[in-house]
Amino acid sequence: MKLDTNTINKIAKLARIRLSEDEAKDLLKDMNSILDWVEQLNEVNTDSVEPLANISSSTLPQRKDEAKDINSSDEILKNSPDKLEDYFVVPKVVE
Amino acid sequence: MEFKSINQLKSLLEENKISVKEIAETYIRKINEKKDLNIFIYFDEDKINEQVKEIEKLPNNKKLKGIPIAVKDLFCTKKMPTTAGSKILENFHPTYESFVTQKLINEGSMFVGKTNLDEFAMGSATNTSYFGNTINPLSKKGVPLAPGGSSGGSAAAVAADLCLGSTGTDTGGSIRQPASFCGVVGIKPTYGLCSRWGIAAFASSLDQAGVFSKNVKDASILLEAIAGHDERDSTSSKVEIPNYSQNLNPDLNGKIIGIPKEYTLDGISDEINMVWENAINSLEKKGAKIKNISLAHTKYALPTYYIIAPAEASSNLARYDGVKYGFRSKDVNSLDEMYELTRSEGFGKEVKRRILIGTYVLSAGYYDAYYLKAQKVRKLIANDFIETFKECDFILTPTAPSAAFPLNEKQDDPIKMYLNDVFTVPASLAGIPGISIPYGKDKNGLPLGIQLLGKHFNEQEIINAAFALEKDYE
Repeated sequence: MKLDTNTINKIAKLARIRLSEDEAKDLLKDMNSILDWVEQLNEVNTDSVEPLANISSSTLPQRKDEAKDINSSDEILKNSPDKLEDYFVVPKVVE
Repeated sequence: MEFKSINQLKSLLEENKISVKEIAETYIRKINEKKDLNIFIYFDEDKINEQVKEIEKLPNNKKLKGIPIAVKDLFCTKKMPTTAGSKILENFHPTYESFVTQKLINEGSMFVGKTNLDEFAMGSATNTSYFGNTINPLSKKGVPLAPGGSSGGSAAAVAADLCLGSTGTDTGGSIRQPASFCGVVGIKPTYGLCSRWGIAAFASSLDQAGVFSKNVKDASILLEAIAGHDERDSTSSKVEIPNYSQNLNPDLNGKIIGIPKEYTLDGISDEINMVWENAINSLEKKGAKIKNISLAHTKYALPTYYIIAPAEASSNLARYDGVKYGFRSKDVNSLDEMYELTRSEGFGKEVKRRILIGTYVLSAGYYDAYYLKAQKVRKLIANDFIETFKECDFILTPTAPSAAFPLNEKQDDPIKMYLNDVFTVPASLAGIPGISIPYGKDKNGLPLGIQLLGKHFNEQEIINAAFALEKDYE
């Protein structure tokens, strides 16, 4: 058992996902079995192995830092669930 | 009326034996007849008819003029909504077109609709979609089968003859496994061959677009249409794209085919091993040499994948916050509560599970033990392939450990579900190309696929070998 209810609630808070008690219980079981299963990687000796982050065989290209006008604010705002003039609307943050 | 290939339909169109409008009518009728399979998330006859008018104006030399194509609903499309199979993207209307779909539009193809998928491409049965299961068109009466996943809708659309080709994405097997389950051809090219621009991101170091089709030649035509460099995806490659379809060559004389011993697993049915054996024998008869090889770290590919993919997903899916697009939870009192409830109500169970695993393996104190460790093992897995390819031209394996299974069968145990990808994930981690073609059937008459894996950017080699093997069942 790697995770307990407290840890899972802490992770859920970090990920901004609210879990019901039942959901947390379910996920706890699944996640513990997944984490136990991935434990087998410890059998592999990885001393002096470089981590592989980017499989792309070419090095990442550089480009000129030029401004491009590809999105209008209308387009950006088009899918917003709540907007006012040129702004996204969210619940009040500052009293 | 069933059209067998892209070239057949193109010839009929060029000889004025069929019109673009008639093609549209034919496929609209087919799709309406198969509605119960739940293959499409989005299908609108008017949208198809609108395209007809545009396509009719195009010159005949457009490579895909009038060809009906289904698009996995993970690709952003300007004229059709895009959901990624998730409630959180309900009513999302992209204001831009993905690179891959734009290339298909440029060649004159006709989009018949957006296909169902596992939510954010996370699954192996198209059963985690917010829009319900897709049913494999090969199901016998009374026993609905899974089409595989995550691109299950796209594979099923080709199998049910609702299009001549479809787009998919493959992160750990999401093209090859459903191709095997539905008895169609599916190709996942080298990581970086097609731009990821406009594809809803799952695990960016693994995500790769590809295609489904009825035959290898069509797959090669579609692949050359969607491949290419794009400066909006910094990992997209600048390699020159060969003319795969013109270079098709079934001659295998002198080719060396690697058979990895690690792909012989306990619990895999004799039928699957038999299909593999048959393909090996056939390749040998066609002049290829067989070489037994070892990919020593194969067994660690799945656990490696299930650390790296969720880690990247947890980061990629942070953007769904209820502010910019898609679903937002109602009746919230604070910004934090809005984030938490939006994501809680908007994401399904499998997506939440992966976001939480990903958050955990990236969190302070666990990063080195899980994420960094997995990246190191990934390096070893990739090296296995690079070393092996010094001794052979390509590798032949089964595509999936089973034929299509009944819907809902494997839902309770996530690890059991993850094992579906046991033969496909290693190539994904190494970024090499793979193709699955149907090669025989099991005792219930369900198709079984075999997989060919090639060197980075050597799609032609595996397409050619698949082209040769395909002839065994013509």
